[in-house]
Amino acid sequence: MADVNRGNRPLSPHLSIYRPQLNSITSILTRITGNALLIGAILIVWWFVAAATSESAFATANSVITSWLGDLVMFGSLWALWYHTLAGVRHLIWDNAAMLDLGSAEKLGWAVVIGSVVLTILTVLVI
Amino acid sequence: MRYLTDRKRAVGLGSAKSGVHHFWAMKVSSVALLVLVPLFVFTFGSALGGSYEEVTAYYARPFPAIVAALTLAVGMIHFKDGVQVLIEDYVHGTAQKYAIIGMICLSYAIAAVGVFSVIKLAL
Repeated sequence: MADVNRGNRPLSPHLSIYRPQLNSITSILTRITGNALLIGAILIVWWFVAAATSESAFATANSVITSWLGDLVMFGSLWALWYHTLAGVRHLIWDNAAMLDLGSAEKLGWAVVIGSVVLTILTVLVI
Repeated sequence: MRYLTDRKRAVGLGSAKSGVHHFWAMKVSSVALLVLVPLFVFTFGSALGGSYEEVTAYYARPFPAIVAALTLAVGMIHFKDGVQVLIEDYVHGTAQKYAIIGMICLSYAIAAVGVFSVIKLAL
């Protein structure tokens, strides 16, 4: 007879059991940054539509995107974009079954966190 | 009575049912974006903050326009796949279906509006 023990199996430990660590935090941040980028994308597309529509439409969209709140969203999106990009590179590396040991994974985690901050500052300086 | 083997019970009952194609699609779009994103950040970044005349003149040039159109199109396709996994993890039942359909439609709409606008600016 196949498995008769239905619904009464041991559960693997989940969020409430594990202490937050670099791997789990950088992992969920990848998801959060990727999905939060929707807001920046909508703002940027609005800016493009406005520029393609008329000078007055552009003035409205441009004033929103360059306001302090717009600047804040763009700055946050910039960091999110770099973070998500570096985290994506990490996944491309891991997909090859490389650097999965604890030490390497820890190094990659810090590389993603520090790299995203450095790239964000560099971008702001260049632009 | 049918005889059910362990294997017969398990086949098709994985949490995801399928997924290799989805994984591969995200991998391809992520590699494309690895090239496109830095190009877009620096072209769009230098255009942002300019006057109407400066912006329309800048995006009348082929390179920034092609980079912007490709980044918005591939980016939203990548987003469509990513947000689907997010919804599948946290939303269940009928709400999951509505959420996935809604977000996929939104993703294509943003991509279409973005690409159309960039082309209109460029031509």
